[in-house]
Amino acid sequence: FFSQIDVHLELEERLAKFMRTEEAIIYSYGFATIASAIPAYSKRGDIVFVDEAACFAIQKGLQASRSNIKLFKHNDMADLERLLKEQETEDQKNPRKARVTRRFIVVEGLYINTGDVCPLPELIKLKYKYKVRIFLEESLSFGVLGEHGRGITEHFGINIDDIDLISANMENSLASIGGFCCGRSFIIDHQRLSGQGYCFSASLPPLLAAAAIEALNIMEDNPDIFQTLRAKCERIHKALQGISGLKVVGESFSPALHLQLEESSGSRENDVKLLKRVVDYCMNSGIALTQARYLEKEEKCLPPPSIRVVITVEQTEQELDKAASLLKEAAQSLLN
Amino acid sequence: VHNGGLYKRPFNEAFEETPMLVAVLTYVGYGVLTLFGYLRDFMRQWKIEKCQNATEREEQKDFVPLYQDFENFYNRNLYMRIRDSWNRPICSVPGAKVDMMERVSHDYNWTFTYTGRVLKDIINMGSYNYLGFAQNTGTCQEAAAKVLSQYGAGVCSTRQEMGNLDKHEELEKLVARFLGVESAMAYGMGFATNSMNIPALVGKGCLILSDELNHASLVLGARLSGATIRIFKHNNMQSLEKLLKDAIVHGQPRTRRPWKKILILVEGIYSMEGSIVRLPEVIALKKKYKSYLYLDEAHSIGALGPSGRGVVEYFGLSPEDVDVMMGTFTKSFGAAGGYIGGKKELIDYLRTYSHSAVYATSLSPPVVEQIITSMKCIMGEDGTTVG
Repeated sequence: FFSQIDVHLELEERLAKFMRTEEAIIYSYGFATIASAIPAYSKRGDIVFVDEAACFAIQKGLQASRSNIKLFKHNDMADLERLLKEQETEDQKNPRKARVTRRFIVVEGLYINTGDVCPLPELIKLKYKYKVRIFLEESLSFGVLGEHGRGITEHFGINIDDIDLISANMENSLASIGGFCCGRSFIIDHQRLSGQGYCFSASLPPLLAAAAIEALNIMEDNPDIFQTLRAKCERIHKALQGISGLKVVGESFSPALHLQLEESSGSRENDVKLLKRVVDYCMNSGIALTQARYLEKEEKCLPPPSIRVVITVEQTEQELDKAASLLKEAAQSLLN
Repeated sequence: VHNGGLYKRPFNEAFEETPMLVAVLTYVGYGVLTLFGYLRDFMRQWKIEKCQNATEREEQKDFVPLYQDFENFYNRNLYMRIRDSWNRPICSVPGAKVDMMERVSHDYNWTFTYTGRVLKDIINMGSYNYLGFAQNTGTCQEAAAKVLSQYGAGVCSTRQEMGNLDKHEELEKLVARFLGVESAMAYGMGFATNSMNIPALVGKGCLILSDELNHASLVLGARLSGATIRIFKHNNMQSLEKLLKDAIVHGQPRTRRPWKKILILVEGIYSMEGSIVRLPEVIALKKKYKSYLYLDEAHSIGALGPSGRGVVEYFGLSPEDVDVMMGTFTKSFGAAGGYIGGKKELIDYLRTYSHSAVYATSLSPPVVEQIITSMKCIMGEDGTTVG
């Protein structure tokens, strides 16, 4: 309770101003941000519509909230609309209950598991048609999408007040530790008393809060780094296209791509071993890659094994080309 | 005291009973405030009084309301009146004396404005700075600054992918040596350590016996694991023994099969009551009924025991009796994060299956360095006698 330092207040204000929302709240751990935000609003008896490819932190948040969860196919708006219509018919049977059950849609801006964006304009239309609130998780898209890096709302040109809650972690673009939620005061203030990861836990070390503020300063002062990043992403996306045996999964402007095997050998273990050999080959020649890790028994919809390729704005074009050619070599020698 | 023979020293606990007058007045006070709350809600609804808290957007007025009226009743009417006692921001290191920002409210605590003045040198009796390692001068701070310039502030990856630094391995070996266990593993947040590792250790078909006053992180971890939870009265060994007997005799509720695992969740020092767990008796019960013990030493590590090794040393017991020793670095070490210590097979299992190792980022390097330096200081390895 004496752990709110003026650096935290400054960071909250800067984030709220950067994202052009009314208020922001800081958590000391990225995983805990969305896992505490969802149970603060959605309780037993409420209904949440989630994308299948949602990340593990969202799944844990939903599990902690004890609400009814309805999964819809990844990025499939027709499937979501079908589920919403079913819910509407259910409501008409029991209007009194329907008046108190809250409804939420939880989506990610850029999905960590597949690397593509969610169709936000259609989601907004569905929101007003069926009266559901939207929670957006922007861990990967904050600082990447949009002209000034404000995320997917700027990318699509949507009014930020249309989204009820935006949650992101500072561990990806801002290279600090922790996470934040931003939105209107009406929604964010509730978390100060009922967000478990906020009330019952120590706050962020001031060092890391100051690092995040500096990172925000850099982002605001050089808005052209986003263009550079996007150009590099497109370059590597194109360079990795022709590799035999591996297919690229992810949007062309996403900085984190997945490389999956074109034909799976049938068993997940063999796929993982094969990908490991590719990763080791690259590691021995000077490129550090990693396989995307999942807890196989705990995930609701397990994504296929893949290598995650992540780009940073600091890499030069020669380095990117070298990495791509090395991957081609590795795939050719090991997968054919 | 039942089983008094297990204690090497007299174990005295004194809790003051609340006087009858105070209890009655408290309840009467709550009643009066509730009545006033209803009156003011009524006036706000009929627009006699201005509504000052934030409201829903115009376009979303016909959505299902986000907060039910009664849920927010306490918040609006009771908490708002006394809100200024909490969450006061500080602007210096939380040491023995602290500087605070002055904060005033002109509309009865609905909004706060900072006057910009700083109140200096206020005696601090509220921060968890037990051993004084939160200072910003001295060896800890210099070591952390050096590591910051070498490794940077963020790690940007999980333990199993790209976030496993040599600093983390060094820290884990040190923690294992400090506690006297075979092996240890460190995580980025104390709350998350509990809520992400208890589900990895127990699942459906297991039984969790947890103390009445356990911390929210233990409760959340127990709920997320899917095991059956039974609660015993705070620090009451008879209640715990009765539950253990029932569990062994009756087994699982419907199928009557024996439980796969029985895990007892206790804390070293309970943060809400300030009481210390009766560890010798718990260990005796654990051995008699063959269950596992999970000890959360968030507050007691570094603070209890002649050389700061925690509640196990305070009672003179062996750390091998406790199956899972968990703790945080926030309180005594002046850093952030949590750890779990235990046998090597347990820690190896957690390295593969813990939710935090796979999906959550690892500790930040300067924080790790702060923990290493402060732990070495406590153990006396840095050559001085400060520890």
